Amino acid sequence: MTAVTPRGAKPQKALSPRNIMLYGALVIFSLYYLLPLYVMIVTSLKDMAEIRVGNIFSAPVEITFQPWVKAWSQACTGINCDGLSRGFWNSVRILIPSLIISVSVAALTGYVLACWRFKGSEVFFGILLLGAFIPYQVLLYPLVIILRELGLFGSLWGLVLVHTVFAMPINVLLFRNYFVALPEELFKAARVDGAGFWGIFFRIVIPMSLPIFVVSGIIQVTGIWNDFLFGVVYTRPENYPMTVQLNNIVNSVQGVKEYNVNMAATLLTGLVPLVVYFFSGKLFIRGIAAGAVKG
Amino acid sequence: MTHSISIKDLTLSFGAVTVLEDLNLDVGQGEFLVLLGSSGCGKSTLLNCIAGLLDITDGEIHIQGKNVTWEEPSKRGIGMVFQSYALYPQMTVEGNLAFGLKNARVPKAEIATRIARAADVLQIEPLLKRKPAALSGGQRQRVAIGRALVRDVDVFLFDEPLSNLDAKLRANLRVEIKRLHHTLKNTMIYVTHDQVEAMTLADRIAIMRDGQIMQLAPPAEIYNRPVNKYVAGFIGSPAMNLIPGQLDAADQQFDTGLGMSISVQGYEFTSAPITGPVWLGLRPEHVLSGQMAQTQPVQLDAYVDMVEPMGSDTQVWAKIGKQELRFRMDGQAEVAIGDTVPIGFDPARLSLFDKKSEARL
Ligand SMILES: Nc1ncnc2c1ncn2[C@@H]1O[C@H](COP(=O)(O)OP(=O)(O)OP(=O)(O)O)[C@@H](O)[C@H]1O
Ligand SMILES: [Mg+2]
Repeated sequence: MTAVTPRGAKPQKALSPRNIMLYGALVIFSLYYLLPLYVMIVTSLKDMAEIRVGNIFSAPVEITFQPWVKAWSQACTGINCDGLSRGFWNSVRILIPSLIISVSVAALTGYVLACWRFKGSEVFFGILLLGAFIPYQVLLYPLVIILRELGLFGSLWGLVLVHTVFAMPINVLLFRNYFVALPEELFKAARVDGAGFWGIFFRIVIPMSLPIFVVSGIIQVTGIWNDFLFGVVYTRPENYPMTVQLNNIVNSVQGVKEYNVNMAATLLTGLVPLVVYFFSGKLFIRGIAAGAVKG
Repeated sequence: MTHSISIKDLTLSFGAVTVLEDLNLDVGQGEFLVLLGSSGCGKSTLLNCIAGLLDITDGEIHIQGKNVTWEEPSKRGIGMVFQSYALYPQMTVEGNLAFGLKNARVPKAEIATRIARAADVLQIEPLLKRKPAALSGGQRQRVAIGRALVRDVDVFLFDEPLSNLDAKLRANLRVEIKRLHHTLKNTMIYVTHDQVEAMTLADRIAIMRDGQIMQLAPPAEIYNRPVNKYVAGFIGSPAMNLIPGQLDAADQQFDTGLGMSISVQGYEFTSAPITGPVWLGLRPEHVLSGQMAQTQPVQLDAYVDMVEPMGSDTQVWAKIGKQELRFRMDGQAEVAIGDTVPIGFDPARLSLFDKKSEARL
């Protein structure tokens, strides 16, 4: 019998300098991002009296959900006092059509640019990408005029149109690069099998491209939900999205500053993107990685 | 009789690059035609033109007597099998087979019969409910062939269908394709750069180079009477010896100038013999050695430079004077480096090419 000898790579000591560096850095970064979140959560659960006397890092002595209720349904802006709920539903009504239309148009455009090249399609794609580098501010006023001429200024659909247009460069790029990497012979086989433009798109391309749809969807949900500028510029107060409503609540100058309500309102506003990330983060990473490797 | 496929003056350019130029090709009913050539010579391009997957620049394509030059791929009466299998990953095997038929609005019952028949022929019934990811390479390619089969078409197009498979599977599937052709008697056009596939499968082989067909002939003729030096060097393994030298038309004598001088009496010239520089082509397997050499019209002594025993036979690198020559000996033959071996061959089996035009003499 021979003695049992260790096999495989030499085990690393848990406290090697490399690990200390690595985990140290990770902990610091985590704290950097999590600390503000912690402060927001604990503050939103305290009442004003406790906030005034206490330390901002201390846990609430007496947990109260009153600030959350107030933020949702009673907080006042300069104009009305029905809280964030109004903005929330506005945002939902903006988000859903913008999301569906922008992702569909981008996917279709990417599909054409990847699989049905036409004369000048590369030039078209180049110009589209250029759009990603034009600062929004430059386009704000021209867009006001365009929307006015279209009779859409101030309406929800005008904002949907703006979101769709601004989504194009990055999302078309995503879809095109993903589709280009799909095996070319698959398209040939489908054409021999009699599938046309739409048949190939719906029956071959889309079923193979779930990850990239998730990526694009997440980018759009967060982008549209977090948008403030377009919301404030292109809609009227009754259609203001949640971010604008939040700003108006937080910045309203009447009375005392209710930190707990403000924190609760901010957390409520951030909840949607957070939930989306939480549930589809894995697919998101997969889609991004697939694009990065193949594109 | 009409040709199954008839290609007239086909030209195809990608922008400024012309890949195929004025190509003409007729394929008979039920013929197995192999397009053979090195990488980048335009085989796939030609096949895609026939399939209608590329818009041609000029010329005409007829399939079964019908001008299909501008017809959609699905309306040309062709089925196609690709190198990467190109199965639809999200569909089951059954779904893959049915996809084209559904698009063509074939009735459900008919689809079921055709799938059952194809599955039977290709022995893929147990796989019908699986997704392509759960199949081996050989099974995938069988399914891909099945997808062409269910279409009930006259013409099958194969683009290197076996080159992603390992050697053993390739040999098996090759035999199956041959059997399939024997049963179905469809016209088949088969692209490959594997000469074994070409020789074993083809009724006729088209050797392509730079978008042109160099020679279109049955395998035996391509092997025995290559029309030019390129074809001669391309077909055959190990490759044909190609020896430069001078030919004298008057006494039919070939001289390398390196101490090898032989008579080519008995060679069938396709045109009047010339006097001047030529290439002499001699296949390694046409050189006989030992006892048998004495029966041959041309006899020489070869000095053995290098020996490669392969089991069934032995490859020998030798020198005649200063001229290198490669030939084959029996696997059992005892030969060592430094030996001198008597060899012989028959000039009737030689190939002679003009040095300049490289065309067969
Ligand atoms: N889309 C394209 N644009 C420009 N040139 C192309 C295009 N497709 C093919 N070619 C060129 O056409 C020539 C023939 O290509 P083709 O794919 O037909 O070769 P092949 O004989 O099938 O080679 P292989 O054995 O490698 O498959 C090549 O030189 C290739 O670079
Ligand atoms: Mg090819």
